[in-house]
Formats: sequence, structure tokens, C-alpha cells
Amino acid sequence: MMKKKLLALLTASVMVLSLAACGGDSGTTDDTSGTDDSTETTATAFKIGVIGPLTGDAAIYGTCVANSTQIAVEEINALGGDIQFELLTPADDVNDAETSVNAYNNLMDQGMQLLVGTVTTQPGLSVFPLTNEDRLFTITPSASGDDCIEGNDTVFQVCFTDSNQGMRSAQYIDENFEDPQIAIIYKNDDQYSIGIHDNFVAEAESRGMSIVYEGTFNNSSATDFNVQLTAAQAAGADLLFLPIYYSPASIILTQANAMGYAPTFFGVDGMDGILTAKGFDASLAEGVYLLTPFAADAEDELTQNFVTTYQEQYGEIPNQFGADAYDAVYTLYAAIQAAGVTADMSAADICEALIEVMPTISVTGLTSAGAEMTWDSNGAVSKDPTAVVIRDGAYVTP
Amino acid sequence: MEFLSYLVTGISLGSIYAIIALGYTMVYGIAKMLNFAHGDVIMVGGYVAFYATSFATGSLLGEDPSDGAVLLATLGSVLLAMLVCTALGVVIEGLAYKPLRSAPSLAVLITAIGVSYFLQNAAQLIFGAAPKNFTPVVSGQLTLFGGQLRISYIALLTVATCLVIMAALTTFINKSKLGKAMRACSEDKGAAQLMGINVNGTISMTFAIGSALAAIAGVLLCSYSPLLQPTTGSMPGIKAFTAAVFGGIGSVPGAFLGGLLLGIIESLAQAYISTQLSNTIMFAVLIVVLLVKPAGLLGKYVPEKV
Repeated sequence: MMKKKLLALLTASVMVLSLAACGGDSGTTDDTSGTDDSTETTATAFKIGVIGPLTGDAAIYGTCVANSTQIAVEEINALGGDIQFELLTPADDVNDAETSVNAYNNLMDQGMQLLVGTVTTQPGLSVFPLTNEDRLFTITPSASGDDCIEGNDTVFQVCFTDSNQGMRSAQYIDENFEDPQIAIIYKNDDQYSIGIHDNFVAEAESRGMSIVYEGTFNNSSATDFNVQLTAAQAAGADLLFLPIYYSPASIILTQANAMGYAPTFFGVDGMDGILTAKGFDASLAEGVYLLTPFAADAEDELTQNFVTTYQEQYGEIPNQFGADAYDAVYTLYAAIQAAGVTADMSAADICEALIEVMPTISVTGLTSAGAEMTWDSNGAVSKDPTAVVIRDGAYVTP
Repeated sequence: MEFLSYLVTGISLGSIYAIIALGYTMVYGIAKMLNFAHGDVIMVGGYVAFYATSFATGSLLGEDPSDGAVLLATLGSVLLAMLVCTALGVVIEGLAYKPLRSAPSLAVLITAIGVSYFLQNAAQLIFGAAPKNFTPVVSGQLTLFGGQLRISYIALLTVATCLVIMAALTTFINKSKLGKAMRACSEDKGAAQLMGINVNGTISMTFAIGSALAAIAGVLLCSYSPLLQPTTGSMPGIKAFTAAVFGGIGSVPGAFLGGLLLGIIESLAQAYISTQLSNTIMFAVLIVVLLVKPAGLLGKYVPEKV
């Protein structure tokens, strides 16, 4: 008995000591990274941070954004001009608001001067108020929520807004389908999904389109859509509008196939990535429509170079989110050139200068479809979502 | 006609809950403990089947394999998943629960929750956090009433599997010698030991059977709802536990009945009341049942002598 107690005491003290050691360790590493920071700030590299879901449900987006940012940063650094970027290790937010804020604080501790992120809307709604408060210039590749930029002068979007997506989807469906009976399945605890849904419904109603069924799901019920699909089928829907991300969409496609329900599926930018989802039978996605400003098989030189480089380095075909991120870095580059800021300035000074010039610059990129992207002072980009359809495992303009 | 479709969805979902609930109820009946790691054994089963199937279709079978070969590969991967889960169940029992046999039940409960977190995080480390799309073991559907009612083969397979398991398990418990030992242990462990029954061996066997069933449930669950991730087992696990309590924990037919009813309630509540409130409604029904019948639908009320 005594022995056991002694053993327990010993184990407990070892644990306490090791905990203390952990604390000490992290303290010292923080210190060293702190000194690293100060030495590197004197060099002329802007510190760029990336926040996005590198794991979890939306991992395809986050990893693609991180990889594409890396490619763009390397390209710009290789130009050897005055403007050099240093990419901090991309921070994972698992598409979760709280984790995202932690990731942001961590990057700020590392001396981040410019933020490329967040990748998704929901975490962005928690992070963007902080960037506004800290006066950190933020360019988000793909957080498309209208609320992301509303009343926040530090945040600029490379992607089109949700209201724009919802409206354009309704418009496109009205113009290209003969009297569609529309069903909608959306995620009603996600601001991105709700935003597109609301705008879609508003536009559809003003056009007198017929919406026969609206089904919802939330985070805890995102694995089973049999009931919603049966109801949509019973309501006679021949077009299913899915303003959701590809993960639940892949379940919907599989379950609809299992029950023999084959309407036209119409997704938005969140559907992008479905062809590369792990284990997903891509043949189920044949004939699925989605909105995207980027097609990896486009012929122009810019797209071809980007896709080839990406494939060489990461062995996959990049999606629209990566293209948005690539454009985001080049936008930063253009804005920095226009504003004439240097890397030894403080993040806040850089931010004020960049906010000044953003509405004046124009950028041609992967996602601007040959035209030029410009921004309004609110942070929204001028860009038109175009619809593509999946045929033989590739995006084709219908 | 939609009503029938909702009912079929409910029954097939309920059958999955029932198979999982059997694992909870058997372990509770014999070891008097709640094995909250059961849901995560399902997830492990799903992953093993997923990797075995992708390995088989990726490298063993050539291009355009015959139906027979695919069937064989599928059966093989399900068997492999069962073997791995059985081993896992026995190891978990031996390492985590056996040393606590005489400890207070609260300690065992906390340990079970710990094992559950361990399995989830280990899976995230080994298999990665990115969700995988599980290819259903069968595809296609049965069309009835001139196309008005379509039942997917996976739903039929689920219900059939559940019935077979139920029948086999009842026969095993009631007719075989090992089943008799299980019943004896469940009634009085001390007395059973005095009668020469290997109590520890019987408990290990119960875990083995429960975990093998979890592997089958994992394959069916992932065929039904094809997204596989480290947390796949937790929600169905909790619902199946509810089903076990609903039917009367410790009772094998009770788990079956509870699972089926829960699946049907969930599906109909989603269809006719609200998709958001379906879980609330399900748990509200549980509360009402427990108020009226504290031991569950088929549970025996055993007064405690003081």
C-alpha cells in the first residue's frame, strides 16, 4: 500500500515538473522567436500570415489557399524587386471561429504585417473585427459573406460577395432553365449558407420563380439528407440549389444517387473542390452546375503557368480558392507598389496607406476572367460569377 | 407515398442504431458499465473497411473487375474490419476496464470517456482530419409502385443485417453454453464465479462480440451516410446509447426495439415537424418514456434491497 502511494506521489511530481518544464520551454522559444522577429524586420520582407482550414471539413480550401499563397510569394520574391514577402507558417483554423481567433493572435505574436485570410466566412466574422481594431491590412481570398467587409475598412475581398452569388445564381437559373421547380437545401447555422440562400430567394421571388421546397440542416445533422431529399423529390423539384460547401454536398449527391433521385444540382463557389474530395466518386458530380470565376483548364498563359506549377509542387489541380489566394498576393503586391510602403513600417501605417490606394488600383489575375479587378472603398471586388458545369470530371462553360 | 419513404429511411436508420445499441446493452448487462468508447470503435471499423476496400480496388483488383471479385473484396474488408474491431475491443477492455473491475462505477465511466477521446484523436493522427468519402457497399435501389417508392439497396441490406444479427444473438444467448454463462454473469457475478464460470473471460467475450457488431454497424453507417471522419461515431454512438436506455438497458430485444423506434421518430420528426428540432423531439420522447417506465420499454425493474 505504502509503495503504491509513494509511486503515485512520484508520478504526480514528475507530471507537475514536466508541466513546469513545458511552460519554461515555450517561454524560451517565444523569446528566441521574438529576437528573430526583430532581426528580420530590419530586412525588407513584408510578413504575410495565412489563416484557413488546413484540416477538417473545409480542408481542401485551406490547404489550396496556403499552397497557392506560397507559389505567389515565391514568384514575387524571385522577381528580386524591392518588395519581398516572408510567408509565416500558415495557421489552421479548422473552419472554426474560436480556433481562428487563436490562430490570428498567434500570427500577430509573430509580427504579421499583412493577412491573407480567413478562407471561410464564419471564422472571418470573428477575426475581421480584430484586424480592424489592430489596424492590420487584410485581404481575404474567399470569405464571401457580405458582413465580412460591411463597416470594416481594413478588409478587402478577392471573391465576389454572397449577395452577388445568390442573386446571380437565381438570374442564371431563370435565364437558362425552362420553368424550373426549385428545391433548396441550406445550412442554417452557417452565415455563408444563410446569406446566399436569403439573396437567392429574394431574387427568385422578384422574378416569379417557383421554389417548391426549402430544407435545412445544421452542424450536428450534416451527415444525413435522406429526409430532405425525399421531401424535395415529393415536392416535384427538378432543380436542387445547394448554397453549401462540398463536404455535405458530396453526401447529398451520394444519397440522392442511392435513392434514384436525379434533379439538376446547382451549387455556388462552395461546391468547388468536390471533384478532388477524398474517396468521392466523381462520376456522381457529372452535370452539376456551380458558380466559379476560375477554371483550371482555361487556355490563358497565367492560368496555365499557375496550374502547372501547382501540379508540379503539390500533385493536385488547384481550385478556385487557391486562385483567389494567388490573386490576393498579387493584389497586395500591386497595392504596396502603388502606396510605396516599405517593410520596416509598422503594420498600422502600412494598413492606412494600403486602404488609401486600394480603390485606385486594378489587377488582372487568375480569377478576373481576362478583365481587371477593381475594389470599392467598402472592400468589395468588381467581378462577375460565371456558371460552369461538370462534364467528364472537368469544369466546362455550358 | 412519401410517408412510406420516410418510414423506410427511419427503419434503416433505426436498424443501424439497433446494432450499435446491442453493443451498449450487452456490455451494460454483463459488466454493469457504460462503454462510451463504443461509438468510436464504429469509426475505427469504418476506417479499416475504407482502407481495405480502397487497397483492394486500387491494387489487388485490376481494371474493370468482375462483380464477384468486388463482392469478395467488400466481404473481405468487412471481415477485416470485424477482426480489427474485435481485437481493439478486447484490448480496450483488458487495458482500460479490467483493472477497474472493483472500482466505483464513476471511475469506469470517466475511463470510458477517456478511451473515447483517445480513439478519436488517435484516428485524427493516423488517418488525418480530412473527411473521406466512403463508397457504399451496395448501390442502386428497388423501385416499387411504378416508380413512386424507391428503396435503396443499402437500406434493405441494413434492415436484413440487423434482423439476422438480432436472431443470431438471441439464439446464442438463450441456447449456447457461453450464452448461459453470459446470462449467469449478468445476474450475479459472484455466484457465477462460485459455479465455475470464468467471469473475466465472459466479459472479454462480450466486448469482442459487441466490437465485432460495431464494425458491421460502422460499415453500414458509412454506406448510409458516406462521410467518414474521426468524429463519425460519436453522435450515432450517443443516439444508440439513448436507444438502449429507451428500450431498457441490459435487454437485447429492448435495444432492437429502442433503436428502431428512435430511428423512425427521428425521421418522421424531421419530415413533418422540423429538421432542426428532430434531436430535441427524440430526446423529449426518451424523457417521457423514462418518466412512465423508469426501466425503459422492455427493461426489468429490479428493486434494490437495502
